[in-house]
Amino acid sequence: MTSTTLFQPIAARPAPINTSGPVAWVKTNLLSDWKTSLSTLIISGLLLWYIPQLLSWAVFHATWVPNHEVCHNNHVGACWGLIAEKYRIIIFGRYPYEEQWRPLIATILLTGLLVLSCVRAAWKTWLPILWVVVFTVFFMLMYGNVLGLEKVETNRWGGLPLTILLSSVSLVLCFPIALVVALGRRSNLPAIRTFCTIYVELIRGVPLISVLFMASFMFPLFMPPGTDIDVLIRVLVGITLFAAAYMAEVIRGGLQAIPKGQVEAAATLGLSYWQTQRKIVLPQALAMVVPGIMNNFISTFKDTSLVTIVSLYELTGALKLGVNSDANWRPFIIEGYLFIALIYFVFCFSMSRYSRWVEKQVNKSKLR
Amino acid sequence: MSTDKPPHKKNYWSWRSQAFRGLLYQVLALAAICFVVWFLAHNTLVNMRNRGIQSGFDFLTQPSGFAIGESLYPFDSEEPYWHAFLIGISNTLRVAIVGIILSTMLGTLLGIGRFSRNALVRGLCLTYVETFRNIPVLLQLLLWYVVLTEVLPNSADAWQVGSVFLSKGGLNFPIPVWAAGQFWAAIGVLVGVIGFWFYRRWAIRQFEATGKPRSMFWVPVVIVIACSLLGWALGGAPIALNRPIKGDFSIENGGALTPEFLAVLIGLTLYTASFIAEVVRGGIASVPRGQGEAASALGLNRQQEMSLVMLPQALRVIIPPLTNQYLNLTKNSSLAVAIGYPDVVSIANTSLNQTGRAVECISLVMLVYLATSLATTLLMGWYNKRATIKER
Amino acid sequence: MAETQSSPIITFDKVNKWYGNNFHVLRDIDLSVAKGERIVICGPSGSGKSTLIRCINRLEEHQQGHLIVDGVELTDDIKAIDQVRKEVGMVFQQFNLFPHLTVLENLTLSPMWVGKLPKKEAEEKAMIQLKRVRIAEQANKYPLQLSGGQQQRVAIARALCLKPKIMLFDEPTSALDPEMIKEVLDVMIAMASEGITMLCVTHEMGFAKAVADRVIFMDQGQIVEQNNPHDFFNNPQSERSKDFLSKILGH
Repeated sequence: MTSTTLFQPIAARPAPINTSGPVAWVKTNLLSDWKTSLSTLIISGLLLWYIPQLLSWAVFHATWVPNHEVCHNNHVGACWGLIAEKYRIIIFGRYPYEEQWRPLIATILLTGLLVLSCVRAAWKTWLPILWVVVFTVFFMLMYGNVLGLEKVETNRWGGLPLTILLSSVSLVLCFPIALVVALGRRSNLPAIRTFCTIYVELIRGVPLISVLFMASFMFPLFMPPGTDIDVLIRVLVGITLFAAAYMAEVIRGGLQAIPKGQVEAAATLGLSYWQTQRKIVLPQALAMVVPGIMNNFISTFKDTSLVTIVSLYELTGALKLGVNSDANWRPFIIEGYLFIALIYFVFCFSMSRYSRWVEKQVNKSKLR
Repeated sequence: MSTDKPPHKKNYWSWRSQAFRGLLYQVLALAAICFVVWFLAHNTLVNMRNRGIQSGFDFLTQPSGFAIGESLYPFDSEEPYWHAFLIGISNTLRVAIVGIILSTMLGTLLGIGRFSRNALVRGLCLTYVETFRNIPVLLQLLLWYVVLTEVLPNSADAWQVGSVFLSKGGLNFPIPVWAAGQFWAAIGVLVGVIGFWFYRRWAIRQFEATGKPRSMFWVPVVIVIACSLLGWALGGAPIALNRPIKGDFSIENGGALTPEFLAVLIGLTLYTASFIAEVVRGGIASVPRGQGEAASALGLNRQQEMSLVMLPQALRVIIPPLTNQYLNLTKNSSLAVAIGYPDVVSIANTSLNQTGRAVECISLVMLVYLATSLATTLLMGWYNKRATIKER
Repeated sequence: MAETQSSPIITFDKVNKWYGNNFHVLRDIDLSVAKGERIVICGPSGSGKSTLIRCINRLEEHQQGHLIVDGVELTDDIKAIDQVRKEVGMVFQQFNLFPHLTVLENLTLSPMWVGKLPKKEAEEKAMIQLKRVRIAEQANKYPLQLSGGQQQRVAIARALCLKPKIMLFDEPTSALDPEMIKEVLDVMIAMASEGITMLCVTHEMGFAKAVADRVIFMDQGQIVEQNNPHDFFNNPQSERSKDFLSKILGH
């Protein structure tokens, strides 16, 4: 004998208060057991003690006016007056003072272009043309000698414009090289594969500083006698060759992730090797490795700080230039370094956030 | 039917054959590369002749003519260049090895901390990683150097804890006076380590035979300590220490770590630890949750779950990028040239400026780093093979 | 029995293939396929059935023997390989559609870039094939937005766009959920009645019974037995065929 009760659907009810909401969050994340509660107590104690001290040094008792005597007398606060006084030499390097509106505009244009290229909606056919246009305008503004602008030699370029210039130009130039090397490393032809592997492993085994030294000291020796290579070009070649090796590895990872069946299907449809690479393999591989390419760009951006060692005055070098010769401000160089650290942090953090966002998008499109 | 060997491949040479085309492309590529190499070498020789630059590695046997700020063993300006390069290499290795050990320890703690149950710990680890990853390492090295040389007090007012002094002159600490006792203690440590290994083998065999777990950590540690103490006692139990004392201008005696070394070490450790933390985090996150759940369902406690199930699988994912980070740390130590720490790049730079032999000096530097990279890769590759999961 | 021509369209003459130096995957294969014939190849996994049909369009190379497809012998000669690939279409187990292109773009890729057809003409021909496999309404969707059965039908249409004389199927339904197998088999049955030569590696014995002119049983790199479906399923001659049939027809 079976007794059947009629099925009664139950409407959804909100969860009880101590399993959701802010109270519950605190309970599970900060006070879940005695060990966690103890560490919460200790850490909050330390934070509550140190953070007000830090704020007091950095903000409340700091000097903001560009007056070095006030800074000297202020023993309990930071001296941001250094920044107020020297910011132009830090950001623009040795560029002539009156002409500094030119690198300002050039930098804003180039940064805007880079940001625009990150937006998916902008990936149309006019984007490469825009790149060419903006780069031409950039060089025209920075170098001058046209349209009545005064000529400014490349060894006077410095600061933030130099950093952005070096990073973006090396990114653009290293890409084709990296593509060829990545394809070469996966080729069936042993000579080409060996050569590409040697190139990549050689570059990855040595520090960037040695490549920059090589570019700086040895590059002039490699050129036919009588040619004079600009120091900026030498450094650019060094950074580009260096970044290309790492970029080649990133692209190769993407190529490896394409299933073999794609190439086989293309073969059965009669497509040649280059047609297959162009239309089938590369579009998929490159879309997959955009986060890797972004990481490469962030690394190159940070690596441009090394050109200080070969006498190009990007942010760090410009700061030392501005402060080392000025005894009044020398004691406060730490604040200068912190300011530059903040600039780098803002740029790199935004780029890494973007890269993570792209990675999420790529993963989302993989699911149906 | 037996499996005979496949017949020898006969290629017929024509434009339409795949093998022929492949060969042709390779010949063309090799020819292009050879031409480029010849072009560069030719220009280099012509330029060097024109500028009167000499070439050759013979300069290595000439006296160097410069002093080196710090070294593991004495060096003066009469010594030849190759001796200076050796000191540079030893300085690089010194800071790299200590840096690798310290940053691995710190990075692993931070990586595991990202999974802590305490949201504050998670937040602090995240803040650390994001802050130190996004600032260039050169800037961090410069900052630490400035802090160590400007913020720290002069030697006269050095901070003092017992016999340890911290000041602008660096970190001074007492070191034992080298006598027979230390030598015997070192032998004792060696004996202890061998005993450690044998004990572990015995303990594993006992566990498998009887099921009774033996202490795998404390007993071996006690063995090592006991053996080293025995050795020390046998050598006469020396307790003489070379203590640093405040001299007129600086701290004298005792062992010292210069501010340059400290700045490079601290900067590299903190920077690389943030990357290692991400690698460790990625490794632990890559182990599927189901593994932990299966371990709990089998009755393993949390510590056993970690050491027997999660960590071995996480290690497989961690080791290749970890190797990368070790290589990065070693390469980043080259930035010490900006601070004045005499690593191999700095020595090469000085030699280059003095002798003008740019090609030779830079090639030596690259050779040193390539050798180090190769050695590290091989070592970690051996370790990686032991950790991989066998697949079909 | 669909033997309408006297000369076969595919001939295997003592074909042997090795993987590496030790694995003899195809052993002395002798096979003749007539034009318009429909063949099902079955056998246990590792028997070399996929390798056999992949040799026909040179996705795999044979080391010994002669393989002649539509009058052209397959060797290292690039022109010969290209010519054969124009006549042979292939459908894969994993579909291998190009995920970054729409269904229509998947189909027009080869006619436009290899066949040099103008875009409009290629699209018209593509739509005809899509209608043939009854999936015309999905023309502008991306492959990953379709179900497995729909993707495999698109793959069949893509192969048909080149108007091949021979169609090769490498386990076309093995990666599909059970409820989608029927729609793909229906398309293949409809194709079979149009006179195209078909070689199909499959476990779907129902399809073999309905459509095949010949069933070939392979084991360990050799053709063990070949017969018409009726005689093969009801009266297998060799021990190995009997063993295999008992395993797959049992449950």
